[in-house]
This record gives sequence, C-alpha cells and structure tokens, in this order.
Amino acid sequence: MSAERIMLLGVNHKTAPVEIRERLAFSADPGAPFREIKVIPGCDEFCFLSTCNRVEVLFVASGGDDTERRIRDFLFAGSLSYQEAGKFVYLHKGEDAVRHLFRVGASLDSMIVGEPQILGQLKDAYRNADERDCTGPVLNRLLHKAFSVAKRVRTETNIGSSAVSISYAAVELAKKIFGSLSGKKVMLVGAGEMAELAAQHLMNQGVAEVVVANRTFERALKLARCFNGSAVAFDELLSELEVVDILISSTGAPGIILHHDDVKPVMRKRRHRPLFMIDIAVPRDLDPKLNDLDNIYLYGIDDLTNVVEVNKAERDKEATRAERIVVEESLKFLDWLASMEVSPTIVALRSRAEELGRLEVARTLAQLKNLSPKEQKQVEILASSLVNKLLHNPIQYLKANGTPEERRQRIDTVRRLYGLDGGD
Amino acid sequence: MSYLLFQLAFAVYIVATAAYLVFFWSQRKEVRTAARYILFGGGLLHTANLVMRYVEAGHTPITNHHEAVSFFAWSVAWGFLTFRWRHQVKNFGTFVSPMVTALMTIAAFSSREIMPLPPALKSAWLPVHASIAIMANGFLALAFCGGIMYLLQERELKKKRFGLFYTRLPSLEALDTLNHHCLAIGFPLLTLGIITGSIWAKQAWGTYWQWDPKETWSLITWLLYAALLHQRFTVGWRGKRAAIMAVVGFAAALFTLWGVSFLLRGVHSYVG
Repeated sequence: MSAERIMLLGVNHKTAPVEIRERLAFSADPGAPFREIKVIPGCDEFCFLSTCNRVEVLFVASGGDDTERRIRDFLFAGSLSYQEAGKFVYLHKGEDAVRHLFRVGASLDSMIVGEPQILGQLKDAYRNADERDCTGPVLNRLLHKAFSVAKRVRTETNIGSSAVSISYAAVELAKKIFGSLSGKKVMLVGAGEMAELAAQHLMNQGVAEVVVANRTFERALKLARCFNGSAVAFDELLSELEVVDILISSTGAPGIILHHDDVKPVMRKRRHRPLFMIDIAVPRDLDPKLNDLDNIYLYGIDDLTNVVEVNKAERDKEATRAERIVVEESLKFLDWLASMEVSPTIVALRSRAEELGRLEVARTLAQLKNLSPKEQKQVEILASSLVNKLLHNPIQYLKANGTPEERRQRIDTVRRLYGLDGGD
Repeated sequence: MSYLLFQLAFAVYIVATAAYLVFFWSQRKEVRTAARYILFGGGLLHTANLVMRYVEAGHTPITNHHEAVSFFAWSVAWGFLTFRWRHQVKNFGTFVSPMVTALMTIAAFSSREIMPLPPALKSAWLPVHASIAIMANGFLALAFCGGIMYLLQERELKKKRFGLFYTRLPSLEALDTLNHHCLAIGFPLLTLGIITGSIWAKQAWGTYWQWDPKETWSLITWLLYAALLHQRFTVGWRGKRAAIMAVVGFAAALFTLWGVSFLLRGVHSYVG
C-alpha cells in the first residue's frame, strides 16, 4: 500500500491555545471519537490520542482528502468553521506522519521535551483503539514501532533526565516565589502522573508536607501514603487552602473547581501569604481570574513552557541525537511499508506471467495432438522455465534496496511495463 | 581637603554604579566582587569626607542642603554595605548604587560653602536629631529599592513573561523580607528622629510641636509607614501592597526633605 495513505491530523500546544484544545478533549464522552470516526467512510484504521497538550487522530485512509475532511469536521464538531480550524490544525501524510508519531512517542514534540508521560498516554490510546477494533495491520505495526522508538530514544539519549519536566518548571517558579521551599506545604488536587511527579520534585527540594485531595478518598489516601502526607476530602479543599503554599491541580473535572470568588476570602484568612497554583488539567480546573488576586500566582501548562528555557542547550544536543534515531526508525518503517507493496507486486507479476504461460501451453498442445506425454511435459517445462527466467530480473529489480521513493518508483515501472493494474 | 574627598568619593560611586550595571547585564561574578569593593572604597572615602568637613566646620556637617543630601547618600551606601553582611539579596547593589550616585550628584550641585552655624542650631541635639532623621531616610531608601525590585519581579511572575528581571532578581519572599527588615530599622529611626526633634524644639522654641510644614510632612510620612507596619502585623499585608507602600512612603519622605524646603517654607528651611 502507499505510505501516503497514512495520515495524522491534530492540534498541539504549539498550534492551538488551551481554549481550543479543551474543546477537542472529549472529556465528557471519551468514547465518542471511537464511535464517530469508525463510521467515516474511507477510514480503514485509526487511533485517537488526547492529552493535555495534544489531540491527534492517526488514520489510514482509502478515501483521500474527503476522509480527512470528515474527520476534521468531527473534531471541531461545529465549534469552529473549516477555515478557522485550519489555523490550528496540522495534517501530516506518509513519511511526515510516521515521523511525527515517532517524535510524539519519544516525547520530542512535548511541551517539555523528554517528559515521560506521553508514552503511557500513547499506549493507552492504542489500547483503547485496539479494544474497539479500530486499528489494523498497518497501525498495529506502526504504533508498536512508535513504542520501541520511544524506548530506544529513552535508553540511548539523556532526553528524559529528571531536569526536563513540567515539575522542574514548577520547582523553578516556586523558588522564585518562596525562595526556599523548606517548610512549605503542597496540596495535590486530583491524582495524575504529572502531578505526582511534580510533588515528588517539590519533596526533593525540601517541601515539608504533601496533602492530597481527591474525589475518591481511597485514591487520595493511597497517594498520600507515597509522600508520607495526609489525605483530605474533596469538600475540604477551601479550608485546606488556608494552610497550603503550593497547589497542583490535575483533576478530570469537566469544569472549574476553584473560582475567583471562593478563593478571595481565603486569602484574607491566609494573611495574604503567597499561593502558587499550578493547573495541569485539561479542561482547566482553576479559574484563570485567580491570577488577578494579589499574592496568587496561577500557572497553566502553557505558561510553564516559558520557564523551562533554562538549560536548553544541553537538552537541544540530546534532542538532536533523538531526532536522528527517529529519522532512522521512520525510514525502517517505510521500508517495511514498501516491502508490503513489493510482495503483492511480485505475486501479481508472477501470476500474470504464469497465467500467460499456461494459456500458451494449452494452445500449443491443442495443435500438436500426437505428442507423447513425455514430449508434452517438455513443452510445459519449456514454458515455465521461460517464464521464470524472464521474471528473474524484474523480481530482483523490485526487491533491491533503495529509498522508499525509489522503490515506489520501481514498483510503478514494473506494474506499468507488465500492465498489472488492468488495461493493457 | 574635604572638597577633594567628596569629589573622589563621588567618582568612585559612579564607577561602582557602572560596575553594578555591567554585572546586571553580564551576570559575571567577578564584576560583582569588583563592584562591591569599589562601592566599599567609595563609602570609606565618603566617611573621610564627612569627618574632614566636621573638622573644617567645627560642627556636625548636616546644616545645609549639600551636607544633608551627602549624608543621606552616605546613609544609603553604608546601610547597604552593612546589610549585605547579614543577608544577601541578589542584584540589590544594582538598584542601590544608582540611588547613591543620584544623591551624590544632587549634593555636588548644591552650594558647598561652609556657613557659620545659625544660633538656633547650636545645640547638642543637632548631631542626634539630624543624623537619626537622615539615617532613617537611608533605610527607607533601601526599602524603596527593595519595593521597586519586588514590583518588577512580581510583574514578570504575574504576566508570565520572563524578561530581564526573572533570573536576575531574587525571590519575592526574599524581597519582601528585605522590605520588612529595612522598615524594621528605618521606622524606629524615623520615630526617634521625630521625638528628638520635638524635644529639641521644646528647648529651642519652647514648644514640642508647632505644625511647621517639615514637622507636618514628617508626621504624614510616619503615619504612612506606621499604617504599613500596622497592617503587616494585623492582617498580614505583604508583597505587592507592602512594596507599593514602601515606594509611596519614600516619596513622602523625599517630599519632607525637599518639597517642604523648596515649596513650603518654615522654621526648618535652613536645613535643606
């Protein structure tokens, strides 16, 4: 099959602001994308990935641009026009799509390059798609490849070293607000991998105590135990806000959980001690207006990018090595894809030649009626060895190594030369 | 002699300011170390200048505008230098040294003539009252610098646009503490300055308080700082509000020093 049929449509933190990404997250009905995209004609296989920083659909289309357009319409489901959506969306095809996917999996396209969470999210996305029977041979292979590329990047480069994460950014900022973090109290609202990681980082910097608030109290207790902290019920959030210094929110709540007007009186009770709030949830948990209150510093995931500019040169070097691995692996995948194209061509070529041989032998034998069985056999052998000898070179030509582009070219040549696609 | 020392101290302060500004841009540690030594040298020369002037005049040299502003600059410089010992505040020098230089410039352009002491000022209270009042201004000036730094840093943190100041300025907490420490020294000095002035007034003019513009304005300044400290202790005013108050309070202090002398005239008009 042609690599150009693999497409990737999406938005990420670079192309769309969080307000747009929120609308595409389908947090109210996570099953919707699978049901809706599955029925789009021409969409043979697909996988839907939705994280804080990106929403992407990877698909194999036989319907061309029309399929792509329908998927795009579904994603923006009336909230934005086709033209408006075009400002935020990117579409990669073929080699670009493969490379993009590998970069995403290897956390090279992440807001914080090297953050470890994305691979898990990609695996979840694949599992969800696989369970609903949305993937096929091409995507199965492609996604597994993406996982192994990510693993290779992780082991062969230093891209995932601890300094490179959202939590690093959070710690940096906390230090600019509080100076020393010793004696400070952190509250985790909701339990997410990223939030845990940030809390871990803050603990390492000497934070005194961690409090966990979660909708399910058991989960809060479990998490609190990891940090030697305490758990509180979700409705104690506001009263707890009086004593904490840093709040990290990452719930899956569909709306805002802390409003400007609720927090305002709390600041008076806190005696206006500074409060650092980090919102890593999509859709957002914390009212953006909170940042207008004195002594509250509210940071969303987008804002954290600005902070991680530090130490960039070092990471850029590692990223370059990682990019090389991605390029190398995507070429390997395209090779495999090309070989998928080569084998059917060889099969078609062979069957066409053998068909012709059989037809000609039958016609010849019909005219030469007095041949002995042995002589008849000789004629058949003559025909089949002629076929084999003539096919030998074209097949070698098809199988030879080369760039995917060259191989596609050769397949095309052979198919036209022997009229394998119908017609002459 | 004192004239030469003043010129020298002035020149050295300018060099120190330049060095601090270079350090602010380049963030090279050796530049900062150099700047510190230069400022320290300037402070020593300036001290020598004040001593010489005392010897030459035969009385505490805080009786005219040149002397008052020069002593003000000296207080800021030494307030900063002694402060630096106790706690380090990143790049504080970059904000303080230009202020010292600015004050020195103003002093340099005022008449440096040594005048015979007016009879009203012939008192043991002169060195006590004048030096305490001006040293109070010195610490309030440091609080002002800290307040400005706080507002700059807070602005970048709120706007989430990290420019020149984010990496260069210390944490908000450190700046707030600095502000508080400066006021913790400056405010008692200011109070003491007003009290000693009042006692002196009783001796010289027979009344503790006569609502002279300088007196009124120093009371206004005092009330501003008192309000800030009161709010800090009772409802926990801090951060941005405290920084703004430190800036406003210092503006009032400057008005007490200059505005009153040039715009409103009263019994204090010979000082400044």
